[in-house]
Amino acid sequence: MLRKQVTRRQLAAFCAALGLALALPGPLRAEDAARVKIDNFAFTPQDLTVKVGTTVTFENDDDIPHLVVATDNSFRSKALDTGDTYAFTFTKPGEFPYFCGLHPHMQGKVTVTQ
Amino acid sequence: MTSHDDSDDNGITRRHALECMIWAGTGVLWTISAGVPVSLNMLGEARAAQVPSKGFTFLQISDSHIGFDKAANPHAIDTLKEAMAKIHALPVKPSFMIHTGDITHLSRADQFDAADQLIGRAGFDVHYVPGEHDVIDEGNGRAYLDRYGKNTKGEGWFSFDQEGVHFVGLVNVVNLKAGGLGNLGAEQLAWLADDLKAVRNSTPVVVFAHIPLWAIYPEWGWGTDDAAQALAMLKRFGSVTVLNGHIHQIMQKVEGNITFHTARSTAFPQPAPGTAPSPGPMTVPPGQLRSLLGITDVAVKRGKANLAIIDSTLAEK
Ligand SMILES: [Cu+2]
Repeated sequence: MLRKQVTRRQLAAFCAALGLALALPGPLRAEDAARVKIDNFAFTPQDLTVKVGTTVTFENDDDIPHLVVATDNSFRSKALDTGDTYAFTFTKPGEFPYFCGLHPHMQGKVTVTQ
Repeated sequence: MTSHDDSDDNGITRRHALECMIWAGTGVLWTISAGVPVSLNMLGEARAAQVPSKGFTFLQISDSHIGFDKAANPHAIDTLKEAMAKIHALPVKPSFMIHTGDITHLSRADQFDAADQLIGRAGFDVHYVPGEHDVIDEGNGRAYLDRYGKNTKGEGWFSFDQEGVHFVGLVNVVNLKAGGLGNLGAEQLAWLADDLKAVRNSTPVVVFAHIPLWAIYPEWGWGTDDAAQALAMLKRFGSVTVLNGHIHQIMQKVEGNITFHTARSTAFPQPAPGTAPSPGPMTVPPGQLRSLLGITDVAVKRGKANLAIIDSTLAEK
């Protein structure tokens, strides 16, 4: 919960500072990207909140492959071997629960806000 | 004969005796001959044809993970070679082999090829079921079915008979659901119900699949969501043996007529349930690896109610 609040506050500050600049197309900024690490058969952070247009990169740090699948099938990675990454850009607001296609007890969620 | 130890492969348990009595009341009379349940029909005609006439052995290997090269075992191909050498050196040549999945680590063509060089061309009839690592090609399992799907149904399930024993290979690694465990699915369960129709209660049944068909440790995904439906269909048989892989260690349980057993991997060990933050390859001190890898020899013998399951490690000569 704490993590989510901090992220929201940071985003609010960021939006206030940049105003309309955010809406303009341009090169990828660090703030438009987020990372989910896969480690010890778990997604970290398990709950991630991002703004519309954010590219989320999933990175597998385990010695076993994992596979990221949206519960609503809106995205699906290939099998990610150790060190492999999968990037997906969230273009619609909403909640996107996902799981590992190989180890379905592994679950996570990306919440996309306007 | 007085033993009530469920793991005694000679013993007829009290529960089993009770089942025999119940069946006697419904038209099938069971007689125990030298430990083997032999059914007699109401006319007294011996119906022992389903009992193996002499006996045979078959060999289980599992989780060869060809292509795995991480710290837990940088040379998974070498330990598979050692396992195959061990099989060739067995005093009794197995009638056939089963591989309970995770043949490869990443479903790559070169990994399937390498596994086939060692396992498929060793001179044994090999029956495969896929592990989740065998169905992660671009085609979500196409590569596996192209190689091993001949004479199978659906995603690769099948059955066959060998000297009076009915063998069933099941697939529980596809169409996995969010938050779930291994999955057999309605289509496969319907096929299984149909397949078992023609099998007599007195026929020993061996069922094998990759993920355990009993809940070993659901927190780590070590179980199968709809296994109970399959096990219910197996209740009427006098002797059922369920063989699995996936967890890379030996676990055994006897429940009524069903003996559950998981095999070691030939590639790398995994931690015992709950003893580590997560499952996955376990790196052990050098010199210990081979004592945690191995093969499983299963003997079907005349005069034994249950199959004899003998595990041996790569460290044993
Ligand atoms: Cu996974």
